[in-house]
This record gives sequence, structure tokens and C-alpha cells, in this order.
Amino acid sequence: MSSSDILARNVPDHKVSLFAKVSSGKPSIRSREVLAKPGEASWLRHPVWVAAAVLVWIALAVISLGVPDQPVGFGDAIYGRQTSIGFAVWALALALLAVASVFSSALRTRSLGWWPWLTVLGIFFISWELSTAKFVLLPVPFFAPPSALVEVYADDWPRLGDSLVNSLRLLAFGFGFGAAWGFVTGVSIGWSRSLGYWVHPILRFLGPIPSTALLPMAFFFFPTSFSAAVFLIALATWFPVTVLTWSGVAGVDKAYYDVARTLGADERFLIFKVAIPAALPHVFVGLFMGLGASFSVLVAAEMMGVKSGLGWYLQWAQGWAAYSNMYGALIVMAIIFSGLITLLFAVRDRLLAWQKGVVKW
Amino acid sequence: MVALHQRVPAGAVKGPGARIQINELSHAFDLDGQALPVLTGIDLDIKPGEFVAFLGPSGCGKSTLLRLVAGLELPLEGRILVDGEPVERPDPSRIVVFQDPTLYPWRTVWKNVSLGLEARGLLKERRSTVDDAIRLVGLEGFGNAYPRQLSGGMAQRAALARALVNDPSILILDEPLGKLDSLTRISMQTEIVDLWEKRGFTTLLVTHDIEEALFLAQRIIILSDRPAGIITEIINDRPYPRRRGDPYLAELRHQAFEKLGMDATW
Repeated sequence: MSSSDILARNVPDHKVSLFAKVSSGKPSIRSREVLAKPGEASWLRHPVWVAAAVLVWIALAVISLGVPDQPVGFGDAIYGRQTSIGFAVWALALALLAVASVFSSALRTRSLGWWPWLTVLGIFFISWELSTAKFVLLPVPFFAPPSALVEVYADDWPRLGDSLVNSLRLLAFGFGFGAAWGFVTGVSIGWSRSLGYWVHPILRFLGPIPSTALLPMAFFFFPTSFSAAVFLIALATWFPVTVLTWSGVAGVDKAYYDVARTLGADERFLIFKVAIPAALPHVFVGLFMGLGASFSVLVAAEMMGVKSGLGWYLQWAQGWAAYSNMYGALIVMAIIFSGLITLLFAVRDRLLAWQKGVVKW
Repeated sequence: MVALHQRVPAGAVKGPGARIQINELSHAFDLDGQALPVLTGIDLDIKPGEFVAFLGPSGCGKSTLLRLVAGLELPLEGRILVDGEPVERPDPSRIVVFQDPTLYPWRTVWKNVSLGLEARGLLKERRSTVDDAIRLVGLEGFGNAYPRQLSGGMAQRAALARALVNDPSILILDEPLGKLDSLTRISMQTEIVDLWEKRGFTTLLVTHDIEEALFLAQRIIILSDRPAGIITEIINDRPYPRRRGDPYLAELRHQAFEKLGMDATW
């Protein structure tokens, strides 16, 4: 007997269509697709974008290879040639993808959403290449050509990589401590009124101070600049995580507790199996806010005292007027921080698969 | 588990049901320091395995009475004895099914139904009772579904299964069908009678629906406006399964209207 037979026989008031999703495994992903399609403007999915994107990138490769660079300062850009070849290879890859998606419908549906953005990106690169390397329309040390970025990553990657590792280490300690303590504090004061009595004033008094304002004091009190930075990042994370966890636990529907109590639950069960899971959506909002706050404290701390990390690298690059290094570090920062937020949302989507209609990052 | 499939004939002395004695029960709410009386002088003796319904104006305190029997609140005056023991705290032998199914949205149907066993650390040895209860309420195949994916009737069935899994001696139904559409309500009324006949628990039902009370219960207690006291009771000794078109039930319905002071609409 198929499962739909069982449904039809035993459950007169069910909705089969809703259940098609459950039996096939991944409800969240499927519902996302279903939700995304009706709202999408159809002109964004027009095949003309494929041609536009490929043509724009080919144009970039031709300009980059064909138009000679304007000489600036002492000589040619070190990686000018390699950058141009890189553009050409990328244009070729896009052309191949376009051809392949004519034959593969899976590839076509997958790549359909990329082409408009790829077109715009290509136009941006053309204007960048033209206004810097080719015609030097923008003031020179502040605006570097694309090849200068390639130079940063090719020649300075050990220092940049080292900075990145140090930043991530600091962030992991700070955010980890802050999130853990915020969660514990939030659950405690959400659950126990007497604990709330003592913690609440501290939270109200200290919480709103921006952690960056405490930077000078922290460097003075802590033995190392590393521990000072960990403390400040933790503090910046702790505040939103605590407040949101607290409000989540305090806002749990009282009927959930009634149900558990009549079923024989003890207080431990009420906290761990009722209050915390019910508060988890709020906790994740707190973690998201805490992560954002931790980024800004991380960079500020590295700029002011910690002797390594991406913030320090930015400061160092500015000191040497190495503006392309600064852009290079900013791009790395954007990718890594965005990746961390994506990771947080992925964890949330896994843990809160039971929720519907959650925001996708 | 054997008890799930055992059929106890209606009217016979049923094993698992508990006796409930309510003596001189009065209760009040604390409303900003002011006492708001909700129940006054309730005296009631409910036989083991009896099906009793409570009818009364909305907001009269019917639900409060059930919460007191469940042990979710303690009465200000008077006492409630279950099989001779005073009710002092909630206990898994007295389970409430509320008007809202109050399933935990983060748990699947199976995990919701197994809640009571998990809370008492009995889940390992009694896993199969969870499957039995799910089957009993007709939710077979929905064990892995989340509550948001269920219709109102299915969610209420899951709540019923969550109660039954604990093998309660008293089932407390606080308007459990109040929010369902009328067709689902009618089919679930029959299912509740079936379950009660099979399992033999004492059942207390609060409802607004006179017809529902007459179709299900052996005794209907009619309560006054707040503070609620017992106006009268209607004994309904019609055998099960009952028929909705039964003229005798129609006559009882007329009586109930009279006693609720709504005779003019008959």
C-alpha cells in the first residue's frame, strides 16, 4: 500500500499537496524554490542576458589585450599581461558555459540567474580597466588598475594569509566566548526572576556601551593585546545574544509549559526541551547581530593595538600608501565575513528546519 | 502494549478510569490585587470511567475547573480527590487536551507524541506505544511531519495521541474540537467515543456545543455564569454508538436549552 493510500483512508481532512514535500526529503530547499519563482521578474531570466554577458567579457579581454597601458611612474604594471590573459580565459570559460547550457537543461536552469549579474560585472571591469590602466582618468595612487590587485594577491599573499588566520583566530575566541556566555546569561535571566534581578541592571548599564569605546581601557588592563581584543569582541557579542535569548525564553507560550508539566516533565526538561528550543529562533537573531558587532570590534581592535590581522593589514597598507593592498584586504574581508554569516544562516536553517518562511541570506 | 487494543464494553466497570471527588470547591483569580471569584461551591462525584461534559456560558470558569483537576493550579478552598488522593500537582495520569493542539513546532509528530514518555525517561522501553498511539488516531505515515504541515484536525489528533501514549486514567478535554470545521468535528466526536470505549479512562469534556455534549457524555453538568456553580445535571443513559437523529437526544437537548435559560430560541 502506498503512503498516499494510507492518508486517504485514515485522514479525511488532510492536505496531500503539502505532504508531497515532506516525503521527498528536503522541505526547506524545495519551498525556497517554489517561493522564489513567482516573484522573480521574467525579464531577468531572458536568454538575451547570456549573449550580453559573454559579449561584454569578450570585449573586456579584447580591450585589455589590445589597448596598450598608459605608462604611469617608473614602468609597466608587473602583472598587466597575466591579468589580461586571466580576463581572456574567464571570457572563454563563460562562452563555453553558455554553449554547454544550450545542450544541458540542468545547467541552463542553474545558471539562468547568473547572467544579468555577470553582464553588469563585466561592464564594471571594462570601466575600471579603461579609467585606470588604459587612460588613467582617476587619481593615480588611490585608484589602482585590476592588475595591481592581482599583484597584491600574487606577491603579498603570505602576509595577507597570515593576517587572515590571526583575524579568524581572534574572532573565533571572542565570538565563541561571547556567544556561549550570552546564551547562558540569556537563558538564566529568562528563566529565573531572582537571577534577572541581579543581572538586568548590569545588562542595561554596560550593554549599550560600544565595545570600541572600551578599547583604550582594555589594552591597559589586560596582559596582552590579544586577550584584550578577545574580551572586547566577546563583550560585543554577549550583549545582543543575551538580550535576544532572554526575550526568547521569556516569550515562550505558557501553554507549552502546561503541556509538558501535565506530561510529567521536571524543571530540567522544561528548560532544555521546551524553553531553549522555543527560544532558538530569537537566539539566532542575537547571534547574527553579535556576529556583525564582533566584526567591527575585531577590525577596530586590530587597527588600534593588536599587531596582526586584517585590520592591522589595512592600517599598515595605508601607512605605506599601498592602496591596492588595502583594496585587496577589503575584498578578502568582504568574502570571509560574508562567508561566516552564510555559515551561521546555514546552521540556523539546519536547526530550525521546522520553521517556515525564514529569511534567506 | 495490550491496553491499547483491549476493548472494554461501555457501561461496564472499567479498569483504568479513576474516580474524581470534588468537595466544596471554590476558586478565585487574583486580578491586580482584587479577588475575582470564578468557581463557587462545586460538589461532584465522578465514577471511574464515566464520561462527563460541562456546559456553561463562555468565560464562566469551566476551563479553570479542568485546570484544577489537572493540578495545573491549586484551589483556594475545597479539595479534589482522585482515587482518594488529593490533587497537588500535574501528573501524567491526568492529561489535558487543550483547544489549541499546542504541539511543539520544533518537533515532528512522532517526537511530540513521545513527549510524555521522554519526560519520564520511559521512551526506550516503550517506543512501540508511540507508534500504536499514532496509528490509533489515524496519523500513520505522518510521524516525520512537522506540526505546521498538519491541518487543524490532524494536529488535534496528534495532541490526542500525545495524551493517550501515557495511558491516562483521566482524560481532560478542554474544548478540543472548538476550532475545527464542523465535518472534522463530527468525525472526531465519533473517534473520541471509540477511544474512550477502548481505553476506559474517565473523561471530562468542556464544550460550548450542546449537541456535542449529548452525543458524547453520560452526564452533562450545567454551570451558571461566573462565579460558576452547578445549576443542574442531565443524565444521558443512551447506549453507544449513539445516533445524532435520535429523538431522545433531541428531547434532552430541549431540556438543556431550558436549563441554560435559552428556551425562547427553541
